[in-house]
Amino acid sequence: MKKIISDIKLYKHYISINLRGMMQYKTSFFLSAMGQFLISFNVFLGIFFLFQRFSKVEGFTYSQVLLCFSILLLEFSLAESFARGFDTFSEMVRQGEFDRILVRPRGEILQVLGSNFELTRIGRMLQALVMFVYGVSKSGIDWNLLKILTVFFMILGGTSLFTGLFILQAGLCFFTLEGLEIMNIFTDGAREFGKYPMEVYGRKMLLFTTFLIPYSLVQYYPLLYILERRTSPLYVVLPLAAAWFLFPSLALWKLGVRRYTSSGS
Amino acid sequence: MKKYFSFFRLRFTLGLQYRVAALAGIATQFAWGFMEVMIFAAFYRGDKNAFPMSLSATCSYIWLGQGFLAFFATWMMDNEIFDSILKGNIAYELCRPIDIYNIWFSKSVAVRLSRAMLRCFPILLVAAFLPDPYGLAKPESCLHFFLFILTLALGLLVTAAFCMLIYILTFYTISPQGLRILFTSAADFFSGGVIPLPFFPEPVQKIMELLPFAAMQNVSLRIYSGSMETDEMKKAILLQLFWLFILIFTGKILCRQAEKKITVQGG
Repeated sequence: MKKIISDIKLYKHYISINLRGMMQYKTSFFLSAMGQFLISFNVFLGIFFLFQRFSKVEGFTYSQVLLCFSILLLEFSLAESFARGFDTFSEMVRQGEFDRILVRPRGEILQVLGSNFELTRIGRMLQALVMFVYGVSKSGIDWNLLKILTVFFMILGGTSLFTGLFILQAGLCFFTLEGLEIMNIFTDGAREFGKYPMEVYGRKMLLFTTFLIPYSLVQYYPLLYILERRTSPLYVVLPLAAAWFLFPSLALWKLGVRRYTSSGS
Repeated sequence: MKKYFSFFRLRFTLGLQYRVAALAGIATQFAWGFMEVMIFAAFYRGDKNAFPMSLSATCSYIWLGQGFLAFFATWMMDNEIFDSILKGNIAYELCRPIDIYNIWFSKSVAVRLSRAMLRCFPILLVAAFLPDPYGLAKPESCLHFFLFILTLALGLLVTAAFCMLIYILTFYTISPQGLRILFTSAADFFSGGVIPLPFFPEPVQKIMELLPFAAMQNVSLRIYSGSMETDEMKKAILLQLFWLFILIFTGKILCRQAEKKITVQGG
């Protein structure tokens, strides 16, 4: 217990150092945040103009799609800001930075997490919030406690899922020693294509995203519950199940740490 | 002219060495293309009549766009050029009896060409074997295919000329990040990289087709599957030539201005 409290304290300290460092370059911070905003703003514009022409896709309306996209974007940006250290881990391994982490008397996960906190992703979160508010106000959902809880669980489960993906990506670096560009399909690709409910991509994709990489658990199924297409209360807690993805990722990471031989100079 | 061509050749053969990176790129672009096709197919199932072009033409557009991504993606810029401005290596290039604009232009085209050569064939080959409306269809006719190649080349030159403006603006601003992101996301959107231009509402589309961005991928990818009338094609090709001229002309003037009062950074 004492260890956890001191870990949290240390993590807070890491974040405050990161933030203070970033604020030394205010213009750069502002421009990067704006850039993050613009990149996903293009995705939004794509959806907006398609729905000028079409009224529905697989039975989902414009505001419902925005609701779906905004929650996923929020999950992704949260995971990206907190787990950025894992996302850029290949650099750390290549330059031998990881050796420095191993010699310190603290957990390596905590240190990698603390090595980088990307506040610039706030540009994306802001956009996600705007779309979320619009989606909620226009999609005519009858909100109750269970539905609010579902949204909360979606964010929690989705952030864990994406964090798990970043850890998996970092864990693979131990074996390849370089960044695996292919992993972008599962991180950036999910951010890009999670804009539409998974049903749009066909049955096979739905199965894949239910059982292998559980995007659908934090996106499609809970959305059905919020829109009252499904009524079973099971759907409320389903998003939390997506957090199972953390376990194999962490296992691979631990395996990687154990067989890590130094690189870099 | 000969020296620029040899720079071009050097850069091109160097680019062909990065085969492993190309493999990852192929996988990513294939996944991207597949997901895009599924999205448009879903919209098509919902309302066939609202589709501005046939589903098969849309899918061909998507696959060609992925295959030739390296031609038209404005965000794939040469960090070496940015570095040479920011860190002062440009001093070496200024000493040589060469024109900075021409050298960078031929380098950019070479890099884009080599990247696309490594990536396009596997993607297009697999896409051609996909079941009918979802894959890459045959070109509309021999003439269309010929015009496709011509406009593809023009589009590549327009894209490279547009990126040159961003490089040159770095002389004036030093920090290229902000401008770069603003320019590249605008280009991605207005050139039809997010959704093809015919999918925009008609008044918006009319304006967008006149912009320089429409002279990039939009023309060739639409000509391929015959979703442009003869008059439209003529107009589009003339616009491509017009914008290519304007972009290179402005780029050269700005470059000469910048060279006059250049500050060599770094030490």
